[in-house]
Amino acid sequence: MSKRIGMEVAVAAAEAAALCRFDVAAVYPITPQSHIAEHLSDIVADGRIDAEFITVESEHSAMSAAIGAAATGARVITATSSQGLMYMHEVLPIASAMRLPIVMPIANRAVSGPLNILNDHSDIMPQRDSGWISMFAENGQETVDMIIQAFKIAEHPDVQLPVNVNIDGFQLTHMVEPMIMPDQDEVDRFLPPLVPYATLHPDRPVSMGTFAMNDVYTEVMKSKDMALRNSKQTILKIWKEWEKLFGRKYEPITGYRTEGAEILLLTMGSMGETAEIAIDELRRKGVPAGLLKMKLWRPFPFEELKKAVQGVKTLIVTDRAVSFGGPGGPVAGEVRSALYDEPSRPAIINEIIGLGGRDMTVEHFIDIVKKAAKSGGKKRKEAYEFYGVREA
Amino acid sequence: MVEKKWPESWQNVNRGCVVFRPGSAGEYHTGSWRAQRPVWDNAKCIKCGLCYIVCPEGCISEGPDGYFSANLDYCKGCGICPHECWPGAIRMVEEG
Repeated sequence: MSKRIGMEVAVAAAEAAALCRFDVAAVYPITPQSHIAEHLSDIVADGRIDAEFITVESEHSAMSAAIGAAATGARVITATSSQGLMYMHEVLPIASAMRLPIVMPIANRAVSGPLNILNDHSDIMPQRDSGWISMFAENGQETVDMIIQAFKIAEHPDVQLPVNVNIDGFQLTHMVEPMIMPDQDEVDRFLPPLVPYATLHPDRPVSMGTFAMNDVYTEVMKSKDMALRNSKQTILKIWKEWEKLFGRKYEPITGYRTEGAEILLLTMGSMGETAEIAIDELRRKGVPAGLLKMKLWRPFPFEELKKAVQGVKTLIVTDRAVSFGGPGGPVAGEVRSALYDEPSRPAIINEIIGLGGRDMTVEHFIDIVKKAAKSGGKKRKEAYEFYGVREA
Repeated sequence: MVEKKWPESWQNVNRGCVVFRPGSAGEYHTGSWRAQRPVWDNAKCIKCGLCYIVCPEGCISEGPDGYFSANLDYCKGCGICPHECWPGAIRMVEEG
């Protein structure tokens, strides 16, 4: 039986991985991921599951060890944050190209410089094109659920791709939250044993991480792109199965009070909960506002987004990272691109918020929506703005 | 696992580019990258075998007569063998 508990989210992330009976954890600690690393280490050291914990000397090594372990057919978890993720960057596309089902919680944190340890999404956004499935958890419950789902999605014979689960650093990782922790039997029923596509074994030699030049590289890239695109069908199927077993619904984009909404706010990660309160407040005052919470970042939920914005006048996309000298935030850039060919589409406003841990309160979200309501679906002069930035 | 042939289309790419047939790298003839090839003057060769030792491709071998030659299927034309051959028995010539 699932049990309602109170637990720090980072610890719960490690506990969720333990319920999945990982074989290998290769992790290098970094704030604010450290509690995930420490607790994974505890779980192995205490002999709670039959697994190896590899103490690596860097994040580049963590991902390299994870790749090596996954290539032998092991169920592997690693975890990182910010500079650690940036340091891993070189190896990320190799994990996906080798189609290794590694699961990686990321405690999202701003990247240097200046040095900042607080939360935003500037660490995960540069990894966008690494070929990983990428999800964003909103709270502790979603963190636990998504990590367990991630193993099943990653290992599914129709997918076989690595998955990262994004957890806002501190705002989520360091909160003690109430959550329902599935029990071992339930997870065992949900998650079948890993059946790898191929394994490194001296008795059955195979080559992995092979060489491919211009005569075949394009075909390999297309096959990788199709693998990621096609993974969405399996993700939806597994989320349906999860809902049936555990009663908690998962969708690529979750709507909140979207009925009759003329203005929609779009958030990713933990800010969805703050934005919900703002929407309640706005609705009370008669502002026809709603909220979209994007949970699936890769593969990008094109169909769900198009459906969600039908008949909407204004879409406010919030970004927690900047594409410097580019179209604003990476999320807004993709949303604009996804909706460009639609015969009717909302005016899109891009607010860059919560950089380097800057707090976003209910009042801030209300302010953002009220300003957008005043402009009445008209396009703004600037493609994006740094919300709340101090001007001279 | 059935080994697919050289992937003609993206649909035929093995998942993760895994190769199930050991030793198949030998079918990839890296000699096609070569711009120059080594030519031996056996009158100068002292059969020391230095070229055999230094070849990074491992494609130089000793013939029954004790003289050396390169397997041009794999020789990339790097030029290390003439550089190291102190009697000056090897020179690089342009590929036509």
